[in-house]
Amino acid sequence: MNKNTNSRQKTPVLEGRGLVKRYGHVTALDHADFELMPGEILAVIGDNGAGKSSLIKALSGALTPDEGEILLDGKPVHFKSPMEARTQGIETVYQNLAVSPSLDIADNLFLGRERLRPGILGSLFRMLDRKGMHDFARNKLSELGLLTIQNINQSVETLSGGQRQGVAVARAAAFGKHVVIMDEPTAALGVKESRRVLNLIQDVRSKGLPVVLISHNMPHVFEVADRIHIHRLGKRIAVIRPNTHSMSEAVAIMTGAMDPNEHESGAFAAA
Amino acid sequence: MANSNITSGAQTADHELVAVSANGEIAAFNQERLSFSEKAHRFFHKHPIAAPAIVLLVTLVAFSIIIGDRFLHPFNMSLILQQVTIIGILGIAQTLIILTAGIDLSVGAIMVLTSVLMGRMAIEVGLPDFAALAIGLIAGAITGLINGTLVTRFKLPPFIVTLGTWNIFFALNLWYSRSETIRSQEIDAVAPLLHWTGTTIDFFGARLTYGSLMMIALFVLVWYALKWTAWGKHVYATGDDPVAAQLAGIRTDRVLLSIYILAGVICALGAWALIGRIGSISPQAGMTANLDSITAVVIGGCSLFGGRGSIFGTLIGALIVGVFRNGLALAGVDVLWQEFTVGLLIIVAVGVDQWIRKA
Repeated sequence: MNKNTNSRQKTPVLEGRGLVKRYGHVTALDHADFELMPGEILAVIGDNGAGKSSLIKALSGALTPDEGEILLDGKPVHFKSPMEARTQGIETVYQNLAVSPSLDIADNLFLGRERLRPGILGSLFRMLDRKGMHDFARNKLSELGLLTIQNINQSVETLSGGQRQGVAVARAAAFGKHVVIMDEPTAALGVKESRRVLNLIQDVRSKGLPVVLISHNMPHVFEVADRIHIHRLGKRIAVIRPNTHSMSEAVAIMTGAMDPNEHESGAFAAA
Repeated sequence: MANSNITSGAQTADHELVAVSANGEIAAFNQERLSFSEKAHRFFHKHPIAAPAIVLLVTLVAFSIIIGDRFLHPFNMSLILQQVTIIGILGIAQTLIILTAGIDLSVGAIMVLTSVLMGRMAIEVGLPDFAALAIGLIAGAITGLINGTLVTRFKLPPFIVTLGTWNIFFALNLWYSRSETIRSQEIDAVAPLLHWTGTTIDFFGARLTYGSLMMIALFVLVWYALKWTAWGKHVYATGDDPVAAQLAGIRTDRVLLSIYILAGVICALGAWALIGRIGSISPQAGMTANLDSITAVVIGGCSLFGGRGSIFGTLIGALIVGVFRNGLALAGVDVLWQEFTVGLLIIVAVGVDQWIRKA
């Protein structure tokens, strides 16, 4: 990936400007900005309570900000539900996966956007196009290199954590037209399964889809991210690159031990 | 500031390199080797209907050996089918609700209330029988709407909601019927349609009623809806993990509401079958129907935790209870041992379900 080209001149795919969200006396988002450039993996890091989740929820439609605006391809959008964000091509892989264990892999891929059979079977009898959905699921999983799954009909609960994550990522990659957001995709996984998911994230980017990666795992963030958005006290305080800052510096900025402007190279502090 | 020895940039940490070089197979989707009990477990997990089907088969074989021709006679078989018709229909409603991790204690009360309503609309008010039937079905939908609204809008647990409405509907039933039974002859005279479900057809020595055929048709219809429509997938997803279902874009409240309304209508159809079966309309009929329907669902392998089970399992569950009662009665065993056996079956069925649910 050409990480350092003039991405700043391009229109961000997804942008947040001056987002504010208050819960009573608590300000979760305090005029937060956010920019996701085409074709990049943008990591979002921040301490617990920094407002990462609120930011992601606002961008994925799970939360409506009190102030500020969200732009998709430079045009303002107002998401009232995660479903609305999804129809605009923003797919989110949630930390708790949002898969239904008792349904099979194809059912999960299409959950909430099932395909009907053509003709009267679909229009009158509402019959599902199960074969079509299974074929699609098989294709998507093989595209992502997941198709050693023997039986696409097996229920998700028979899969391991990494495999389930694979299904969730496949769903996002299959239907995400614009942006894929992943909330702590490796938090519950073992070392090798994490590796698998990190590769999947890079596969998604190589297909041209920009990825927002929320993670606490610094090695993972520094390995795959093109840019790192550091969130602190409800706003973005810096955007750094893995090749200009060390992990310790990132953590120091994140926790407030270091002023982002102290560092001579690269980092630009948010206004 | 800390000058750490962790290099920044795209470098894999050492501990991972070790793991990666070991072999990359763990997260791959490969087929693992399974022991016999694991295979059995997976089989029952994938086919929730298998366990009750095996039990039904074994029961049928056992009773035909013990009792012989009298038991296996088509007439006796069709009698069992007639005997399970009411519980089977209520079991369909109960299955839908249990699939969403709820429970409906009011199914029996809805059935009796709507049967009284149908009867009085035809006999006291003097409406034509089809109108009386339609009013009964609408009333069933309204009772379901009440249950569903309390569950979805007011976020009350289904157990508590239906425990309350069970008493309320039953009290309304006693008040509205003035605790009077409507006699069969009166119904025949002015509302023969209400007795349609009791019409019998002879079929190679078996005596089927339209009520039993309606039950089977309902099972097939609901099976189709659960298996072949998006709504069915959403029902399972809602019962399985409501939060995950919502994040996937499913409006779980709507799914739940539709389930409760449908269950109410099915209970009203059960009322129609009940009138055909017993002839008269009694406000005291079907007292144990709510618990019997739960029994059928549980023995049929449906998980009380939601999201798992098959609608035909409930038919099989109802048949297992019916076959046990019929077989034990033919064998001259005291009624109390029928109850004893049903109790045993429930506990075994739930035990098996717990084992199957272990992923």
